[in-house]
Amino acid sequence: MSSLARVLPVLLSTAFGLVSTLAGLLLVTFVIGRVMPIDPVVAVVGDKASAQTYAAAREQLGLDQPLYVQFGRYIAGVARGDLGTSTVSNRPVAEDIARVFPATIELATLGILIGVAFGVPLGVYAAHRLNQWPDHLIRFLALFGFSTPVFWLGLLGLLVFYSWLGWIGGPGRIGIAYRFTVPPRTGFMLVDTLLAGRPDAFRNALSHIVLPATLIGYYAMAYIARMTRGFMIEELSKEYVTTARIKGASEARVMWLHAFPNILVPLITVIALSYGLLLEGTVLIETVFSWPGLGLYITNGLFTADMPAVLGGTLVVGLIFVILNKASEISYAFLDPRTTR
Amino acid sequence: MTRLGSLFGAAALMLGAAITPLMAKTPPGVLVVAKNIDDIVSLDPGQAYEFTGGEVVSQIYERLVEYNPAKIDELKPGLASGWKISDDGKSIVFTLRDGAKFASGNPVRPEDVVFSFRRVIVLNKPPSFILKQFGWTPENVEQMVRKTGANEVTITVAGNFAPSFVLNALGARVGSVVDAETAMKNAKDGDLGNAWLSRNSAGSNSYRLQTWRPNETVVLVANPNAQHKAKTPQVVFAHVSEAATQRLMIEAGDADIVRNLGPDQIAAVTGKPGIVVETYPQAAVHFISLNVKHEKLNKPALWEAMRYMIDYDGMANTLFKGQMKVHQTFWPVGFPGAVEDRPFKLDIEKAKGILEKAGIKDLSIAIDMISSSPFTEIGQSIQATFGQAGVKVTLVPGATTQVITRYRARQQEGAILYWGPDFMDPHSNAKAFAYNTDNSDASYQSTTTWRNSWMPPAAVSAKTMAALVERDPAKRLDMYRELQREILHNSPWAMTFQAQAQVALRDNVKGFVHGATNDLIVYRDVEKK
Repeated sequence: MSSLARVLPVLLSTAFGLVSTLAGLLLVTFVIGRVMPIDPVVAVVGDKASAQTYAAAREQLGLDQPLYVQFGRYIAGVARGDLGTSTVSNRPVAEDIARVFPATIELATLGILIGVAFGVPLGVYAAHRLNQWPDHLIRFLALFGFSTPVFWLGLLGLLVFYSWLGWIGGPGRIGIAYRFTVPPRTGFMLVDTLLAGRPDAFRNALSHIVLPATLIGYYAMAYIARMTRGFMIEELSKEYVTTARIKGASEARVMWLHAFPNILVPLITVIALSYGLLLEGTVLIETVFSWPGLGLYITNGLFTADMPAVLGGTLVVGLIFVILNKASEISYAFLDPRTTR
Repeated sequence: MTRLGSLFGAAALMLGAAITPLMAKTPPGVLVVAKNIDDIVSLDPGQAYEFTGGEVVSQIYERLVEYNPAKIDELKPGLASGWKISDDGKSIVFTLRDGAKFASGNPVRPEDVVFSFRRVIVLNKPPSFILKQFGWTPENVEQMVRKTGANEVTITVAGNFAPSFVLNALGARVGSVVDAETAMKNAKDGDLGNAWLSRNSAGSNSYRLQTWRPNETVVLVANPNAQHKAKTPQVVFAHVSEAATQRLMIEAGDADIVRNLGPDQIAAVTGKPGIVVETYPQAAVHFISLNVKHEKLNKPALWEAMRYMIDYDGMANTLFKGQMKVHQTFWPVGFPGAVEDRPFKLDIEKAKGILEKAGIKDLSIAIDMISSSPFTEIGQSIQATFGQAGVKVTLVPGATTQVITRYRARQQEGAILYWGPDFMDPHSNAKAFAYNTDNSDASYQSTTTWRNSWMPPAAVSAKTMAALVERDPAKRLDMYRELQREILHNSPWAMTFQAQAQVALRDNVKGFVHGATNDLIVYRDVEKK
């Protein structure tokens, strides 16, 4: 059998899986959107529009058509790369998403880096000091991070670090004075300020992102630390670890070179899932910090029954999860060759 | 562990760079207004119908006639330097101001006025009903609005309307005059420039639109061609939806004006150094209505009792602390013709007596409310006080669009809502609260009467229409006063409050004018001293 013959079914199966997952996701979202007790026309024409204006807007939005026609038209558009036009803002959804998504990626990426940088070592250390006070402390921190409303933490953080101490920038991605002085090349504020050769603007943008990123990083850290601890406890109970200790390997070597590599496969999945959740947008953080991200975009779309916006956002979120899932699977092959057998 | 240590070290350095003390001060020449701007749908004056959209549009476009924001009964020349009303009251000839120019540099011509009014009618967007009241249609508008001289426009209305009504309606935002050449240069698919004007501007007022990024920012820059030059070159509206965050911004000096503080935040910033709080009466009136389509609610005794089951003063003083003023008629205080009678106050025993006499017992009402302040507070309060009188209230919270969707379809039993006039004429509210001549489901109306399935007595509806055409201004206002008193005592709703905007400003901000509606907020005279 040629290599193409072997690869083709896999590719076709992957493509079919991707398309059917996204189509299913869109169908479910579309149906939910349509059964919601909100009239999208009201969101567009407002409270006091006349019956004629209402009817004209309804027709213009295509809402006078049967649901299957509306959905079919939408899917046909997506197949052509057209995510439709927001019924509320009358702007192309793809343009809106291109504007809001970099803000979310930037925040989520910094957040996951913080979450991994702290969550993994803390999880490993907690497993190492199982049932001792460091373990209890780390578990408490993780539980606190996971159970405390991030909205409250955000406001508290702003009060202390922004209002009282003045250490960080306030809401938004960059200070007003810099807002229109940096050309938006990539949409990532930290990158754009560097590309523009503006260290002062970079510093300002960093001061704005540091608190929301730390908070969502803390949230991710809480989950990652708990899972890392659990994986490590299981791994440390295995015989090869006991053997390594008997042979005199240092505790650091046992933890990081023997046990830790063996938890990487499930840990990567946990990290990818956490990153996916952050990329979906943390609506409350985006609200508190006036961060114009994807989560807020989708939520606003839901409140105004702006289905093209909601469907477009959902499609992007679905794609993120599919991509992260695939990336995790590919990474398994490098981390643990047994998974490819 | 060395690598891990390096990683922590790098992270610490990055954080350290970020968390050095920052100077919090808005840039000179830029007025930063922090507020929730997520309601903007379009910045085309022929379409904008939301609060923030109206506020922005009003800084950009002029109308033929304009209100004095500080004195609402004073209609003054805008783009028109004068006007002459025909003897039959059906035509008004407007003379345009000499030398008026758009931001593009184009002169303001009668053709621009004709174009602007015509496009409102043809586009048929939400605010178009204000001009359609004149009997204008896509077919006749070109005959009704005509250039009649080098610098003159004549408008004709198809009806015997009071001239003050016509002028008041033309003073609404939808009467904005657009630069026809610029708009048509950017028109697409016969949209008369609608898509382009949604995100750009072509006006003659003190500012022009530089940027609108939805849910992020609106930036206005001074229009050098404006007659009334802006004292602050740039106004930035920063989208901050969370009131607590707005409070922190004004305290830190990162905003010059914050607009959506709740009663608790206002109390917190009042008296703080560097901050002043100002209160402005608003045109919006709040009410609790009953949909009389439901037989159990179609009882005048219940309506009367309801008015004694509301803790007006308690809510105004304790919950809203200055953001609501008790007001019980449909036309707000401060506007010509407003009635300030407030005969009702919480009196549970009296309410019980009325209900008992009418044989109303074991009544339960599901009341729709928008799940945000002030509706939730009003809902919780009336749930308690109605309960004391033996009426069980179940609150049905929902997003604004959700509540309005049900209200439009007359599906609600009761509702806690508010009404803001569409233009500064008492007819705007009188038609909403005192007129309905066709109560059938098929005859959709956006009025409070129709939406609550209530037909006022025929004489009341007739008086509403008579006031609309009354040409004696004093007599006309008297008619509206009578209507307010009729509705105050006989309608299936209880008017409760008139809104008051409380705004926090940095103390170096001078010249800010906040009129009774968002159209009457003026930034051009604002200076940072």
